[in-house]
Amino acid sequence: MEISRRTKIKNIPYEEFNDNEYLEKYVAELQQNGTNVILTSFSDLINWGRSNSVWPLTFATSCCGIEFMSMSAARYDFSRFGWEVYRNSPRQADVIMVFGTVVHKMAPVLKRLYDQMAEPKYVMAIGSCAIGGGPFKSSYHVVQGVEEIIPVDVFVPGCPPRPDAILYGMMQLERKIKVQNLFKLPDQPKL
Amino acid sequence: MTQLEQLRTAGYDFLIDIVGMDWGPDEGLGVIYYLARSYDVADTISVKAVAEGGRENPSLPSVSSLWDVAQVYEREVHDFFGITFSGNPDLRRLFLRGDWVGFPLRKDYDPSVNHVPHTDETFREMDGEGLFAGDKYVVNFGPQHPAMHGVLHLRVSLDGEIVRRVDPHFGYIHRGVEKMCESYTYPQILHLTDRLDYLSGAIDRHGFCLACEQALQTEAPPRAVVVRTIFDELTRIASHLLGWGSMCMDMGAVTAFIYAMRDREKIMDIFEETAGGRLMVNYSVIGGLASDIHPNFQRRVREFIPYMRKMLREHHLLFTGNPIARGRMHGVGKLSLEKAISLGVTGPAGRASGWVNDLREVAPYAAYGQVEFKQKIRTGGETFDRYIIRLEEIESSLHIIEQLIDNIPDGSYAEKTKAVVRLPEGDFFQRVENARGQFGIHITSKGDKTPYRVKFRSPSMVLVGALKQIAPENKVADLIMLGGSLDYVIPCIDR
Repeated sequence: MEISRRTKIKNIPYEEFNDNEYLEKYVAELQQNGTNVILTSFSDLINWGRSNSVWPLTFATSCCGIEFMSMSAARYDFSRFGWEVYRNSPRQADVIMVFGTVVHKMAPVLKRLYDQMAEPKYVMAIGSCAIGGGPFKSSYHVVQGVEEIIPVDVFVPGCPPRPDAILYGMMQLERKIKVQNLFKLPDQPKL
Repeated sequence: MTQLEQLRTAGYDFLIDIVGMDWGPDEGLGVIYYLARSYDVADTISVKAVAEGGRENPSLPSVSSLWDVAQVYEREVHDFFGITFSGNPDLRRLFLRGDWVGFPLRKDYDPSVNHVPHTDETFREMDGEGLFAGDKYVVNFGPQHPAMHGVLHLRVSLDGEIVRRVDPHFGYIHRGVEKMCESYTYPQILHLTDRLDYLSGAIDRHGFCLACEQALQTEAPPRAVVVRTIFDELTRIASHLLGWGSMCMDMGAVTAFIYAMRDREKIMDIFEETAGGRLMVNYSVIGGLASDIHPNFQRRVREFIPYMRKMLREHHLLFTGNPIARGRMHGVGKLSLEKAISLGVTGPAGRASGWVNDLREVAPYAAYGQVEFKQKIRTGGETFDRYIIRLEEIESSLHIIEQLIDNIPDGSYAEKTKAVVRLPEGDFFQRVENARGQFGIHITSKGDKTPYRVKFRSPSMVLVGALKQIAPENKVADLIMLGGSLDYVIPCIDR
């Protein structure tokens, strides 16, 4: 299958990933109107570079942020995957990793950070709170998942998720970046 | 008010907490003050005050002239209950936005009136009557800032690079935990206490279990008591390591952070093996522990103690002796003993100013009565004292673990509790010493399976009050370091 060649992650076979159907459907959608061979191979080359140097923004509101710190420290070390450094300014970041609960007061801040990032940009919602409010779902001041505010590419469940789980989520995003057509990025969904 | 003044003169100079209360339509709104003496923090007294003016215009006299910390506590009660404190100069909302409708912790609050806002809060809404009106240069720190240790928002008035005034602005992670507790059963609430001060999660949860056990007049079996204490101390070491690492990183030493995280992972391994969780151990339950310890637990902890001692020496070699670090920390950010008491700064920061306030020694709970333990006290109150006291406390925590790990009693790990836990009617207050200071839990029960009111005393909130006190006249670069030396956790403040 062609797709497995393009979404290759070192040392992990294609079959061992979950949600492969999603990716295949996504590729089918992207290739609906046919593809240009030259542009596609050029895209592949650039995407290979892009997917191996994704720089996340430090956006941690609560508990999950500590697992983010663990992930950046020596044992889990996300620099191995080319995610290298985290950026403190949204203008230099490629992906916003939402760690922790987003509350009413923080919602406009998160939206503004997302708007400040340069295209192409991605969002990962990490931890139950960012996915759907988590243990604080019944609160009067908690946003029921960041998808109410910004579009999300990858969800990583857990409370908090282990660093290994976050690394797996990162690889899934890498695979998603690899299949995209650089010259025709998908439109940002309207919220 | 006169009664409180008398108590203040009688030596009750430490205001532990002000708990806002809504006793329902008959009794009205009011507050409960918890007071203690600074030289004997174990001796507490509570004073109840009912607000005048009914539900429309409830008001109470302010006590901010007696205790500095009352200023921010009264702001919190005002935010949640709408009680006006006459004489308090600054009664802006503390956690919620200026345009928030209603007072969420009142029993008749309707949550459907407030929606997720789409616009940023304006300066005018944060400011009230122009707090920084005369200042020329006001800088925003946070809420999205890597050195803020969470989503704290500081507005700093600068003169060149000298800080003139700091105004902390909370609420970017206010999750309304206290209101949620009112609709949750006691075993459910346990999961929320872990997520307040996530770095001392096990300790906070232990505190809530103790409060419930005190109310139910049961005790955890000896095995559970000892294991809980060991878990608390391991949590404290992990928290202090992270506090140390991030403070060093705030001062520009990234290597120290990597070293601290490396040692912290060892503790995470021990937690994971026994409790199943790394950061959130979710281990204590009302009446004991969720499960028995893993067969490897004792061996792992025994191996960890000498390892940590060796690494602690390395940490000292790496950073404590560094002349640049010493030069930056000495003489900066002095917090006097009187101010520390008046601001209620407990924990390592208070002890660095010479205040004997460690509950593990002065009011021993759990297994702390069985071990030889002397709290660390320093008298300087400067940044270096706050820095070094954490490393010293790691050593004393290791000493506590050392005494307990070989003496874990046999027997059951949990007392049998009823399937539905109902606390008897009354008010209950319990404090535990977490990694940042005294964590307090107030529970008002009406005999139901859910509490009527739960209030957590956050030790981090007063630390930000201390930052407001010590930051002026320092350089803006040192503001970050001072924040690191106080080591606050924002979700614990906002709750």
